[in-house]
Amino acid sequence: MEIFMSVLIGLLFASAVYLMLSKSLLRIIIGTGLLSHGAHLMLLTMAGLKKGTVPLLGEQAKAYTDPIPQALILTAIVISFGVTAFFLVLAYRAYQELGTDNIDEMRGTE
Amino acid sequence: MSLLHFAIIAPLLFACFIPFLFKRLNLIHTGWFVLGLSIILFIYFLRFLPDIQHGGIQETVNWIPSLGINFTAYVDGLGLLFALLITGIGSLVSLYSIYYLSKEKEDLGSFYVYLLMFMGAMLGVVLSDNLIVLYTFWELTSFSSFLLIGYWYHKKRSRYGAQKSMLITVFGGLAMLGGFLLLYLMTGSFSIREIISIADGIYGDPLFIPALILVLFGAFTKSAQFPFHIWLPDAMEAPTPVSAYLHSATMVKAGIYLVARLSPVFAEHGLWLWLVAGFGIFTLAWGSFNAVKQTDLKAILAFSTVSQLGLIMSLLGIGAAALHYDYLDDNLYMAATFAAVFHLINHATFKGSLFMVAGIVDHETGTRDIRRLGGLMQIMPVTFTIALIGTFSMAGLPPFNGFLSKEMFLAAMVNVLSLDIFNMETWSALFPVLAWVGSVFTFVYSMMLLFKTFTGTYQPEKLEKNPHEAPVGMLVSPIILGALVIVFGLFPNILSTSIIEPAANAISPALIDAGQSFSTHISFWHGLTPELYMTIGIVIVGAFLYVTLPKWERIYGLFPKKLALNHLYDQSLIRAESGSLSVTNSYMNGSIRTYMIYIFVSMVGILSFSIIQKNAFAFTTDGLAPMGLYEVVLGVIIAGASITILVAKSRLTSIIALGAIGYTVALFFVLFRAPDLVLTQLVIETISVALFLLAFYHLPKINRKEERMGFKLTNALVAAGVGVIVTVIAFSALSNRKFESIAQYYIENTAEKAGGLNMVNVILVDFRGFDTMFEIAVLGIAALGIYGMIKLRLSRREDT
Repeated sequence: MEIFMSVLIGLLFASAVYLMLSKSLLRIIIGTGLLSHGAHLMLLTMAGLKKGTVPLLGEQAKAYTDPIPQALILTAIVISFGVTAFFLVLAYRAYQELGTDNIDEMRGTE
Repeated sequence: MSLLHFAIIAPLLFACFIPFLFKRLNLIHTGWFVLGLSIILFIYFLRFLPDIQHGGIQETVNWIPSLGINFTAYVDGLGLLFALLITGIGSLVSLYSIYYLSKEKEDLGSFYVYLLMFMGAMLGVVLSDNLIVLYTFWELTSFSSFLLIGYWYHKKRSRYGAQKSMLITVFGGLAMLGGFLLLYLMTGSFSIREIISIADGIYGDPLFIPALILVLFGAFTKSAQFPFHIWLPDAMEAPTPVSAYLHSATMVKAGIYLVARLSPVFAEHGLWLWLVAGFGIFTLAWGSFNAVKQTDLKAILAFSTVSQLGLIMSLLGIGAAALHYDYLDDNLYMAATFAAVFHLINHATFKGSLFMVAGIVDHETGTRDIRRLGGLMQIMPVTFTIALIGTFSMAGLPPFNGFLSKEMFLAAMVNVLSLDIFNMETWSALFPVLAWVGSVFTFVYSMMLLFKTFTGTYQPEKLEKNPHEAPVGMLVSPIILGALVIVFGLFPNILSTSIIEPAANAISPALIDAGQSFSTHISFWHGLTPELYMTIGIVIVGAFLYVTLPKWERIYGLFPKKLALNHLYDQSLIRAESGSLSVTNSYMNGSIRTYMIYIFVSMVGILSFSIIQKNAFAFTTDGLAPMGLYEVVLGVIIAGASITILVAKSRLTSIIALGAIGYTVALFFVLFRAPDLVLTQLVIETISVALFLLAFYHLPKINRKEERMGFKLTNALVAAGVGVIVTVIAFSALSNRKFESIAQYYIENTAEKAGGLNMVNVILVDFRGFDTMFEIAVLGIAALGIYGMIKLRLSRREDT
């Protein structure tokens, strides 16, 4: 299972990088979204995907899945959400002010 | 803190008060205070004369004891000789500058601060026993020299000269620091005396030669040896008192001091003798040859200084040979060291006075160009007399002191012929020949300096001012120096026993330690020796060349300008600037995409290199979870959606596909037993998609038609590289698992210690609550940032 997931994560990373190298701001931000999905899935996969019960003690099970990566991912999701929201508004404002969303036209002047 | 330390840093301390004196007591010329201080210091250092006859005096103040860096002041013959030169010439120069620099027109406060800074730094250089302290003061001399050369900073030439001297001397200074550190690595000590005492042990060390060369870089750049002499003529843009003080008598001799001081460490090696003597003798000939073609008084003097420094340097190099003959009786080469010290003093006296003469001529006529000067003898008789004494001494004529040291120099160079070490026999004839040729040219430019300025036709129409004799105050210093030239010439032995012998002993301590003592050779200047015939030859050939100067002057035009050192220096500066600019422009093109490519490519490169290097790739299927149908279906959905985004033409398709991926990830979280993640992911994905749609409404259509195939291909290659490397690392990490998870602790203690049943939530708020706190801060900052971006419109407010 982990092998399959690794390949999937690799695909997500590759798509994300491809999008981040494009010229349109919106595609770059979509790329960052894909990248964070890839990273979150990777965190989960690396902890091992052995089946156990959900990490709730009320279940009275013999084995639980590992709770630590889940806590880490939860934090990461929230942070990447904050950053994505910020980026989106930044892109919106940049387009309003500069009249372009092509990053090649946004080069700094010396 | 002994009185000695206080004396060394006294100029630096006093410099702090100069601005107050300049502002508050503006009726008195600030120079008088500086004069007072230098005279006090001179007298203080004179009191050491009896002590240094039998070794040195040492005082230590701890600075950084843990690193072995302490401010150890050490006074021996060599250090004291320099300290006396610095304070003595310093007093005369201060006195001269009082009359030279106008109280009303010049910024005297800055001038004397720089001058005192220089004086203190120079005293520190010559009296420090610790190499790092020496280096500190050494750079301070470069720095204060830079400030003094650029004193008239509104002139372009001043700024150019200051920058040039700074670049060259600091380059040498840094090389020297490298040499000092190598010495420390070899000996484990920064103390010069300790290094000398164990110098025999480092002779064969592989670091010995690099240290030797690096130290010589420092000495040669500071003392303007070929090919680093080019900064000195340009430093003549400084006020004349500065040229007299720094660029003839003191700072340029710091390199000489360094060579003399470290001779006991390095002189055992033949390379030292070759480099010091070889570069010295070549600099002598080159400098004197070039001095003849100059037309500016100070430029002649600058090249003359270069040439005379080469003379002293070559004598020190030959003096190193003395170490190879372990006896003092009849040791010919010890005389070279003696001559070096003697000429050092002589040069300081006559060159100082000549610079002051040049300053007087400039001050009284408004020009220093010898083509416009002439016939000043009747108008300025006193200045003429001083100039006569100085130039004749420089040319090496009796009865002045330059004659004696020149004779000793020629004698030392003749003695090179009998040197039978380091393959000297092959090349030794070059030394006396170059020395003789250099001396001939020295004679020629000395005569030029004197006769073209003071004799010939008087051309008042070419002069800016109506010349007359200089004020008495301005003449005092050159008169004193001129008098010293004669006194040292007639009674050389008052110097030899008091200061030259201790200084020569300090340069070659190993011979003295053997229980022998060095007695003066100065008395045997009577007699028909080869050097006397050489001197007579110099006078005859020199006089002939001077008379026929217009006939052969044209040979200077033959030398190609493109090979001139100044041209090379200027070109290399321009090349360095334009080269680094084009290099920077070639990779810093301002496009974010290019930088992202650099980042991703180097990431892929470094990761794959280390995986291959460490042989880290591993692939096992042991202990993995079994494949499930649901997961495969979800994986296919994610893969399909992400490819859809890549090929999508419209923005809406991309955003919806991104949403699909987000929800599928939430479904993965369902399958992998993470309920809290599912909830969060669903909510957040919904909000994100909403935000994307909001932005979508305001952003233009994605225009992908412009993108060329090469553009897409590069991106695809980089993207594929990143994807593959991430997958490979994931495989390897899975297959290299070393330890079990620490999750068991949380599973066991969540209910017992934290009182909760949801392990993820307990970890978030209890076991690892700090993460959560700052994650909240991140959200808060994002919210505030978004609010600010939308509300704050500074540029528009300025427009209205």
